Amino acid sequence: MASSIRVRATSTGDITEVQTLIQHPMDTGLVKDSKGELIPAHFIQQLKFECDGKDVFVADWGTAVSKDPYVKFSFKGAKKGDELKISWTDNKGGSDTITAKIA
Amino acid sequence: MKLSLGLAMLLALSLAPSARAASEADYKAAYAAAEAASKEAAGMRNQWTVTVSALAAAKRAADGGDFGRAVAAAREAEALAKASIFQAVSEKEAWKAMEIR
Amino acid sequence: MNARIHIPLASLVAALVALALTSPDVVAADKVDPVADARAFQNFFFQKFPNVKHEDFVNGPYSMNEDMKRQWQEKEEFPPYEFALEAGKEMFSTPFKNGKTYADCFPNGGIGIRQNYPYFDSGEGKVITLELALNRCREANGEAPYSYIKDEMASLTAYMAYTSRGKLMDIKIPDDPRALAAYENGKRYFYTRRGQMNFSCASCHVQSPGERIRAETLAPALGILNAMPIYRSEWSGMGTTSRRFVTCNSQTRAVPLEPQADEYRDVEYFLSYVANGLPISGPGARP
Repeated sequence: MASSIRVRATSTGDITEVQTLIQHPMDTGLVKDSKGELIPAHFIQQLKFECDGKDVFVADWGTAVSKDPYVKFSFKGAKKGDELKISWTDNKGGSDTITAKIA
Repeated sequence: MKLSLGLAMLLALSLAPSARAASEADYKAAYAAAEAASKEAAGMRNQWTVTVSALAAAKRAADGGDFGRAVAAAREAEALAKASIFQAVSEKEAWKAMEIR
Repeated sequence: MNARIHIPLASLVAALVALALTSPDVVAADKVDPVADARAFQNFFFQKFPNVKHEDFVNGPYSMNEDMKRQWQEKEEFPPYEFALEAGKEMFSTPFKNGKTYADCFPNGGIGIRQNYPYFDSGEGKVITLELALNRCREANGEAPYSYIKDEMASLTAYMAYTSRGKLMDIKIPDDPRALAAYENGKRYFYTRRGQMNFSCASCHVQSPGERIRAETLAPALGILNAMPIYRSEWSGMGTTSRRFVTCNSQTRAVPLEPQADEYRDVEYFLSYVANGLPISGPGARP
């Protein structure tokens, strides 16, 4: 099955810019379905980016983040060819992970 | 607050309920008129959402026994429906004024 | 020369009447002329926004506002419609239960044809939109039709729009009075006020593009369908042209018509035709 994580990481000099698009419903638990029943909360609780074994970006999320979240950030200390590992876990025990090479 | 007699009368008139309480018969008549106008608007494919909700509110109030509110809502629904009919008729020509030529 | 010409009044009147009936100029005001309409429509917007490149109009509010344009360009690097697009591609190539695919229903296998829709079907005497054609394809092959306002149709049309990206809108009006009538019907719908708020499509998209309605920047009507279907942040998802027509109606407090009602098909026909020559930019993303 295709990964839920799309990632693009590019390095210019010392700065690496990372963009990620994650497919996830990010249900708040406050919305009702067509039958009038609450759709249970289902959201990413932690999103982690690791490079060379070190955490470069960690996010602790709640229900305020919208569906299919998009993240963009930059960090120093990596170069072309290095590996970036992205992983997330959610409140229902779901998770996904992907490794991408920095371009 | 000291009210002048005139102001007090005006206030009393505006706040006082109608001379006699609305009856179920009043409601049925008002609802029938509103429903007829609403159907006409729907037939012209120019129904307003607020007409539909006013009619529904009238029915709900009547079901709860509040015929005063039901009559008021039915009258509002009729007025909205008639306005939407007026809109459909006048727009038959009026749209041309907006056309880019 | 000073000749005195005596023309009997009756024959003069008769001559004038004959002239009025046959003269094309006198009748022109009531004759449907889509070519002239499209030229006037495009010129109106080109003159109103002289700094916007013609092909940029298809980007809606992003063409109207520099700050929004910058954000949109960033967004295009990683577009939110990617998931719907991928789903659409997969759906498009998955065979029906009877073994056939969507490609069997469309010219060129359904690839790179979106700019030709809607078209007027002379046999049926009606406008056929892409969404309608897709559902007819499904039904012809024993599959249940999709809702016009939900994700599946949005994903399918997203993929088909993507295969036409950059191609110029190319809507044809055949020499058929019914086609002209459909076009004119669509035009009339576009300019007619409706709903308790008494807005026509033109109220927002002709009179006020670039301005705000509450927190939204309004798109110009020119090219407004070229980016469809769109991922709308407001919807947290992808939406079809049908969905947008239906929600626009209810937003002016008009009870919407059924998706793919004649009026909607006709207004899609009109809006697409007057955007002829502008590129397809779908699938799109909007606030």
